[in-house]
Amino acid sequence: MSAAVLDHGRIDAAGSPAVVVFLSPRRPVVRNKPIMDAIFRNLTRTFAFLVFSLLAAILVSLVIGSRDSLAHFGIGFLWNENWDPVKEDFGALVPIVGTLATSAIALAIAIPVSFGIAMFLTELSPVWLRRPLGTAIEMLAAIPSIIYGMWGLFIFAPLFQSYVQPLIASTLGQVPGVKVLFSGPPMGIGMFTAGIILAVMVIPFITAVMRDVFELVPAMLKESSYALGSTTWEVVWRVVLPFTKVGVIGGIMLGLGRALGETMAVTFVIGNAHRLSPSLFAPGNSIASALANEFNEAVGDLYTSSLIELGLILFLITTIVLACSKLLLLQLAKREGVPT
Amino acid sequence: MRFARILAATLLASSFGIATAADITGAGATFPYPIYAKWADAYRKTTGNGLNYQSIGSGGGIKQITAKTVDFGASDMPMKADDLEKNGLVQFPAIMGGVVPVVKVQGVKPGELKLTGPLLADIYLGKVTKWNDPAIAKLNAGVKLPDQAITVVYRSDGSGTTFLFTNYLSKVSPGFRTTVGEGTSVKFPAGVGGKGNEGVASYVQKIDGALGYVEYAYAKQNKLAYGMMQNKSGKFVEPDDSSFRAAASGADWKSVPGMGVVLTDQPGEKSWPITGASFILVHAKQEKPEAGREVLKFFQWAYKNGRTMAEELDYVPMPEAVVKQIEASWKMVTDASGKAVY
Repeated sequence: MSAAVLDHGRIDAAGSPAVVVFLSPRRPVVRNKPIMDAIFRNLTRTFAFLVFSLLAAILVSLVIGSRDSLAHFGIGFLWNENWDPVKEDFGALVPIVGTLATSAIALAIAIPVSFGIAMFLTELSPVWLRRPLGTAIEMLAAIPSIIYGMWGLFIFAPLFQSYVQPLIASTLGQVPGVKVLFSGPPMGIGMFTAGIILAVMVIPFITAVMRDVFELVPAMLKESSYALGSTTWEVVWRVVLPFTKVGVIGGIMLGLGRALGETMAVTFVIGNAHRLSPSLFAPGNSIASALANEFNEAVGDLYTSSLIELGLILFLITTIVLACSKLLLLQLAKREGVPT
Repeated sequence: MRFARILAATLLASSFGIATAADITGAGATFPYPIYAKWADAYRKTTGNGLNYQSIGSGGGIKQITAKTVDFGASDMPMKADDLEKNGLVQFPAIMGGVVPVVKVQGVKPGELKLTGPLLADIYLGKVTKWNDPAIAKLNAGVKLPDQAITVVYRSDGSGTTFLFTNYLSKVSPGFRTTVGEGTSVKFPAGVGGKGNEGVASYVQKIDGALGYVEYAYAKQNKLAYGMMQNKSGKFVEPDDSSFRAAASGADWKSVPGMGVVLTDQPGEKSWPITGASFILVHAKQEKPEAGREVLKFFQWAYKNGRTMAEELDYVPMPEAVVKQIEASWKMVTDASGKAVY
């Protein structure tokens, strides 16, 4: 340490040079001002609490906005399947079912596919291919949802109608028990199509998270397992997945969150029918697309209020889903260390 | 350096733009948006005054004008007399157009299929479900209709198009009136919903055996197979400017307060049965008389100079006799002291 530096620096109690910040050429400024720290701490705390108050404000305004409908329909709103703007009889059953069913289809397709992609990218892919493949997946996440909607309506739905739906109807549609899920004329649009489009939209999210957490697994763990003679599948299933399950579930929840609230892409392909049908090929409706479709032209207090209550229900569904995933993680954490 | 100069020039230009434009603002119906936008553009070029119209939907337009956030509102569904009075609004029609049924059936060409109002109502009620149903076959002797399910397509978003269509079906079919009724969005017992005219048009193009309804301009531009309709006089007519105009010609605009006449199911041998006007709403008592005058001046200019533009976009301009009635009704628009602004 040169004398020049020591001149401007500070020697702490123990006599060793402390961290010194030179902000001006002459006078050293020591970065230890309690007042600045306090301001900074309070500022960041304000930001954090701002999120809380925003959340509370949204919830409160949703409840206020939907009070007409809450008072008029009561709890029965949840299982009334009617949605008739002319007679002002509204119920949320069809949009709730549509939202949950499309999201379930999306996850049923997206989870195994994302898992496969992430596994390939981290374990099996040649190194030179990892980056372009990973970038391509991330690009999928950057495409605006309206593009997915238009692609779904103009390209995917006709292909689905003429090739895939007849195939499903003649195979799965003949199996007793699940037959009813795939009945009805092939229209190309409907709940199943919406679920598939949603799957394509959430795959990049789930994949990106899975890949990132898979890469965090210590190489030593994996190599030890390989050394014991494990196959790649065994390493992934027995070592990588248990090590990363929190992250994997987090990624799935991220995808589910996006699927539940997705609006434009679903509106284009779901068929927008306020009718309950056991068939997944039939048109349905989701909460988000019902709002997008009808809010502009909603005339009358009860109609507007019912739409806002739909928004409130979506808010609650999302909260419940998040709470369930937290519970799931807690359950998993409890079992940690218990020999299986 | 050059960048700085360009930046300065741009800023200067944009600040001038703000300074000179005493833009009038309007919001509402989506159906007349293309023609309002075109008129606004031409109006700015000739007079230097601009118009900013946001097509947020008729319901939104009514809300915005009631809240006085815009200078005028626009709605495809006429407001009722007592609602007009309650909110202190003056209403007048600005432009007309027609709604046409469109189909996709293998081998059926535009204008080949004949439909009646009650039949259309039965199809939308889900009572007639096959293209070879005797009720359809009876009207279309020469047309080969397949044994195929009819997929009904409707507007999923609330719209004036749906209002005109359901208003007409409610007039001609008591069953439709009681089970579905009329409105900008209704509960159709069957079918799929497309978002916007373009959504319905694309569903009809994609689904074999589809039947939908769109504004005439969309049917024409997308070359969809439109159907002929039987009008009140029992004649089958093709949808075009002349049949829309015929429907408007016989209308008695004074019969309804606020000129809120719905032109569906009009008498006359050439009348297209699903025709309608789109309406403008302004406050009767203007807080800003200047803005109120500008709105009326704009529409006065549009009625006079905007006819060809309207026809180019497949709208029907208001007949001159009706324009005189409209301009007479503007005497109701006054400033705070009760003096007419126009």
